[in-house]
Amino acid sequence: MPTYVRTDKCDGCKGQDKTACMYICPHDLMKLDKDGSETGHAMRAFNQEPEQCWECYSCVKICPQQAIEARHYADIVPLGGQVQPLRGSDSIMWTIKFRNGTLKRFKFPIRTTPEGSIDPYGGKPSADIAKIAENGFFNHMEQNGYRVGNPAELIRK
Amino acid sequence: MADFANPEVVQEEVDILLIGGGMACCGAAYEIVRWAEAAKASAGVDLKIKLVDKAAMDRSGAVAQGLSAINTYIGSEQDPADYARMVSNDLMGITRDDLAYDLGRHVDESVHLFEEWGLPIWKTDPATGERHDGAQGMTPLKEGGKPVRSGKWQIMINGESYKWIVAEAAKKALGMDRIQERVFIVRLMNDKNDPNRIAGAAGFSTRENKIHIYKAKAILLAAGGCVNIFRPRSVGEGTGRAWYPVWNAGSTYSMAAEAGAELTMMENRFVPARFKDGYGPVGAWFLLFKSQATNAFGEVYMAKNKEMLNDYPPYGQAAVPASCLRNHLMLKEMQEGRGPIWMDTVTALAKLRETLSPREVKHLEAEAWEDFLDMCVGQCGIWVGENIEPEKKNSELMPTEPYLLGSHSGCCGIWTSGPTDVGAPTSEALPGAPAHLPSGWNWGYRGMTTVSGLFTAGDGVGASGHKFSSGSHAEGRMAAKAMVKYCLDNKDLKVEFAETAEELADAIWKPVRNYMEFKDYTTAIDVNPNYITPKMLQFRLQKIMDEYVAGVATYYKTNTVMLGVAEQKLEMLKEDAQKMRAKDLHELLRAWENYHRILTAEAHMKHIQFREESRYPGFYYRMDYNMVDEENWHCFVNSIYDKNTKKWTCFKRAHVDLVDKSKLFKPAAH
Ligand SMILES: Cc1cc2nc3c(=O)[nH]c(=O)nc-3n(C[C@H](O)[C@H](O)[C@H](O)COP(=O)(O)OP(=O)(O)OC[C@H]3O[C@@H](n4cnc5c(N)ncnc54)[C@H](O)[C@@H]3O)c2cc1C
Ligand code: SF4
Ligand code: SF4
Repeated sequence: MPTYVRTDKCDGCKGQDKTACMYICPHDLMKLDKDGSETGHAMRAFNQEPEQCWECYSCVKICPQQAIEARHYADIVPLGGQVQPLRGSDSIMWTIKFRNGTLKRFKFPIRTTPEGSIDPYGGKPSADIAKIAENGFFNHMEQNGYRVGNPAELIRK
Repeated sequence: MADFANPEVVQEEVDILLIGGGMACCGAAYEIVRWAEAAKASAGVDLKIKLVDKAAMDRSGAVAQGLSAINTYIGSEQDPADYARMVSNDLMGITRDDLAYDLGRHVDESVHLFEEWGLPIWKTDPATGERHDGAQGMTPLKEGGKPVRSGKWQIMINGESYKWIVAEAAKKALGMDRIQERVFIVRLMNDKNDPNRIAGAAGFSTRENKIHIYKAKAILLAAGGCVNIFRPRSVGEGTGRAWYPVWNAGSTYSMAAEAGAELTMMENRFVPARFKDGYGPVGAWFLLFKSQATNAFGEVYMAKNKEMLNDYPPYGQAAVPASCLRNHLMLKEMQEGRGPIWMDTVTALAKLRETLSPREVKHLEAEAWEDFLDMCVGQCGIWVGENIEPEKKNSELMPTEPYLLGSHSGCCGIWTSGPTDVGAPTSEALPGAPAHLPSGWNWGYRGMTTVSGLFTAGDGVGASGHKFSSGSHAEGRMAAKAMVKYCLDNKDLKVEFAETAEELADAIWKPVRNYMEFKDYTTAIDVNPNYITPKMLQFRLQKIMDEYVAGVATYYKTNTVMLGVAEQKLEMLKEDAQKMRAKDLHELLRAWENYHRILTAEAHMKHIQFREESRYPGFYYRMDYNMVDEENWHCFVNSIYDKNTKKWTCFKRAHVDLVDKSKLFKPAAH
């Protein structure tokens, strides 16, 4: 389902030089039509190669105006359904509309810490250069995750 | 002022360059900073590090959309050797136990960090056996919390923001001033004085008219696997709905090959059997919801056709048959006209309802939807469009077009140096490998390719597989540490390019020049005898691969003659790639992606041609050698590419078991 941008909602990210959807699309699909020469809609974004869209929803989730939606691939899917998320800071809400009108709503957690709060090395030891050729990582089993393994399993040692 | 016709050339010198911003490079970014600090403190060496990604790290790579499971988690109850055995079994016996075992030892360290950073991981309540989503604040894995297993190695997560979280840690660790997003790397450069050493990389910005040339002593090349070299099942708007992400274009394999790195098992491919058209994941349906797959008439083909497994001893006798063999049994039904294949979601959910409370049933329904919403929204799109509610209506399954990757259920990639403490061979038992290549499975630096200073991880590392998101992260960390050691050991190394900056820039900008020079020759911008659009180049590649190299058009079948035809067609395609055009930066990106695809496809074809057997029935068949030939082909197929002559050399390397595989198999039935 390629994404499309609603003319009534997109504000071109208020003329900033980097729009949110352009920033995020992993496949470089979203483009801002500054002067309207490509779409007839100045200062609106559009999906420049819909048949390359992975439907990853990265642009849909990030758009501050909720201007981006998806219309399921026309060569595969009957019209009328819609799957639309609203992503918050700790959870995501999905509204799912079937072609026959059935509605479902789901809410799932997305993270357990505040966005931007990761302290990558907080409470972690520094690396010990004497151990650079040994197994394990810089934090020396601080995560209790290194699995030593039963030596008897290694049949050529 | 730089413009489209005259790009600016920016040159930079670093010690370590990380190419890609996916799981592997995020792991590397996290691990490397601490070792670099230690290097500075102990040896006074101040390492300059840079990461470049063609996209934005928050949502780049295969995890962009999120995931609903971490597929590699060993846990305290299993042994790394069990993991190495599973990897080997699923990949029909030809994998590097040293790499898989080492990954099994390290991977949980990364998973525990993900949880600390905020990734919600489902837990089982040990008292009641009930499962809880990851936001319920149960005991963390690090302290012995019990994950919800959806299989022997998988654990369930609420993973919509998986990549966002992992990238946040990586970006903070490295700092944004050492990260450059939206730079696509086109090629690697070797050292002028030692062609078997890496010296740097060159690419361009997809946002500004700039060519970037990086000189580097050590490079981690982890730009993902390869998608869209075969014609996809949908060729309209649905072309983008590939199973693996469309944006992974084989950059890892093609750039490594051109730099002279030895590739391995490029004949391997993955043909996932997935929900039809949307390619939604099936793992949770089989393993968590205990659903069965049937032919059109409700017959369970895995039971009905199980005798077919006996054709492939010992692999057919494994407790869990390899993914390719499961496809093999499914394909029989499709080819003999008993399709479509159904995933019987209705029966599975009805059975679960018999034992669950209404609250649990509601939860179950949400879980089924979350499985798709977290990692394959497109499948939900198909369900809503076709009015499919899984408790009321079954869904079709279908094997997809082939993909090349080394971290998921595939094992193509680059031949890399493994650990030294697990009994790996140190010499080569088979003749044929070119003399300049190392013997044995380790040559000093963990994760280094056969080119000095060039490292890889994740989808880049061949002959292992089943590392998935967590394993790719851990592998990136291992490589990062080894790269710091490499830089310390080579403190005084000075690398130089054989090419001038102008030559590099000219090569990268050639598609733009092709366009500029010829665009006014015709009135139709896309139809011109002097250039070819990247899109048409891709169509041609996909047609060749689909029709001759065992794509869906021939039910994954090929033979020597078909491969010979493909060989000639690919050679001409490679020549025509010199005439790619780019009318803007976006198309320049597509042009070079497709160039990478062509080389990757060529490697795939050459390896299939060299391996005179059908190692992966269900993924591809060489009809003139339609058997698994343990006597002659229980070995690795490796290759090197010469970028000057543009020729491949394929050769065998001996396979050795480091853990006992006989534990996997029942005695043969005949
Ligand atoms: C549909 C699907 C389902 C999956 N399911 C699961 C699952 O349930 N559980 C699990 O654990 N794993 C799963 N995986 C596997 C997991 O996503 C991969 O194993 C992992 O992402 C591989 O890491 P990587 O770093 O090698 O590649 P990626 O994460 O794909 O990263 C590649 C990076 O390279 C960049 N790049 C590419 N080319 C260039 C270039 N030329 N120049 C600069 N940058 C470039 C990309 O932008 C990206 O940042 C799934 C993958 C897919 C696609
Ligand atoms: S992110 Fe939304 S508002 Fe901003 S340019 Fe894109 S579509 Fe418009
Ligand atoms: S859904 Fe994904 S691939 Fe499609 S335009 Fe949006 S970000 Fe790009």
